[in-house]
Amino acid sequence: MKTIDRDYSKILYPTATVALALLAWDALTRFGATPAYALPAPSDVLRIFLTRWPVILSNAISTTVVVIIGYGLSVVVGASLAVMISSSRAFEKSIYPLLVGSQAIPKLALAPLFVVWFGFGLLPKVLMTFFISVFPIVVSTVQGIASVEPELEFLARSMGLGQYRTFRMIRLYRALPSIFAGLKVAIALAVVGAVVGEFVGSDEGLGILLLRAIAAVNTPLLFAGLIVLTVLAVILFGLIELSERIAIPWHVSQRSKSA
Amino acid sequence: MKAFDGPHVENFVDIRDVRKVYSRRQSSVEALARVSLQVRRGEFVSLLGPSGCGKSTLLMIIGGLVAPTAGEIHIEGTLVREAQTDLGIVFQEPVLLDWRTSIENVMIQVEARRLDRKVYLPRARQLLTSVGLEDFQDKYPFELSGGMRQRVSICRALVHRPRLLLMDEPFGALDALTRDQMNFDLQRMWMLDPITVLLVTHSISEAVFVSDRIVVMSPRPGTVDTIVEVDLPRPRGLDTQETPEFSRYVRDIKQRFAIHGVIRG
Repeated sequence: MKTIDRDYSKILYPTATVALALLAWDALTRFGATPAYALPAPSDVLRIFLTRWPVILSNAISTTVVVIIGYGLSVVVGASLAVMISSSRAFEKSIYPLLVGSQAIPKLALAPLFVVWFGFGLLPKVLMTFFISVFPIVVSTVQGIASVEPELEFLARSMGLGQYRTFRMIRLYRALPSIFAGLKVAIALAVVGAVVGEFVGSDEGLGILLLRAIAAVNTPLLFAGLIVLTVLAVILFGLIELSERIAIPWHVSQRSKSA
Repeated sequence: MKAFDGPHVENFVDIRDVRKVYSRRQSSVEALARVSLQVRRGEFVSLLGPSGCGKSTLLMIIGGLVAPTAGEIHIEGTLVREAQTDLGIVFQEPVLLDWRTSIENVMIQVEARRLDRKVYLPRARQLLTSVGLEDFQDKYPFELSGGMRQRVSICRALVHRPRLLLMDEPFGALDALTRDQMNFDLQRMWMLDPITVLLVTHSISEAVFVSDRIVVMSPRPGTVDTIVEVDLPRPRGLDTQETPEFSRYVRDIKQRFAIHGVIRG
């Protein structure tokens, strides 16, 4: 019974909060406290959704594709880099400081350069998404792989495990909770990266939809775009959390949820 | 080699003039100062001493996991140069793998050594049953109490039938009642299959209860202060701890500690 109660409250409380916010928003616009171009009425935004949904949907799909490709690239490249950094001292010394140093580059400012180099296609957007989301994956994976206490290392050696098998049988699993923490940070950043990439050099995607809405002073469309973007980010984040729950049900962060 | 394999081999573990100095940039700490010690096959020996006397370090040196600064260790006549694999280790913390159930935590020993799963799975189950965990074989570590976890780690250390068991303050993190129970269980398991055991502890009564011999160590830098033969009949039970002999052993060792200023009355 208790778990059912909790599940209800998990949905009920956020829903109530959103409903209240909507009511307040509606009240603000209805009584003319704010000009319509700054804050459109919820009904106006809803109307935009109903009339312009094909445009919104196609742009949303375009952005989703960019996020998924860029993020996928981050996961593959980031995890590989992390494994190499963890397994080779030389590699760690030569690459890791550069990687950390590279974080000082204002990555968003690179977007125009990517357009110069790669034009207006998919590539610059994907690269932007990749560059902004790869770092947390590398750092959290390196940290996770390193976090093995000396006793466990002694145990591995006494069982005759070499470097590679210790990694495969122990370190990799040990690293998973930390890796997932990085994956969650990275997915939120990936959405930002995709939108920035679209802002600078693209003719489709939610970023472009937002720019066009601003140019046309179509605030309801701007709001609609922002809402879709938020929902997209929440869904992607939820997917990562779901896979985390499936992958590491034994970890302390997951226990209360699976109980 | 076979001729030396019998129980008549006196020195199963032979520790000769082992010294260990931990050096840092500016200072160096001498953890062990020339320790020599012989352990017979099938003997239950405790290394007893105050914290920081290097007894855990000595245990890790015996296992080939830490290199001595000087001196040599021979196990069955073979010089220890690298991590020894024909042994089981139990640490103060159970260091179980969180993603494996109890039985799978025991079986990692078998998988790591590429032994036959079919042969060792029944043994792993039987070991878990012998420490009262038959109903917890498929539970994850987070579903077990501290004492249960340590039991699993003892089973893991024994499943591959090692010739030597190293225990580094295995019950130090447990409450007093659980600790007593673990010592009973340990004695029972050892009497069924008397392999050579080296137990590091700082509990005098624990050492007297389980050991054939107690190596009393001096404070840092650790040396062998005295060796006490414990001549109490086995199996030792609750009543053993009430006997005057038991109390005499405890008192004598306390007096050794008092001489070194470990205990001040």
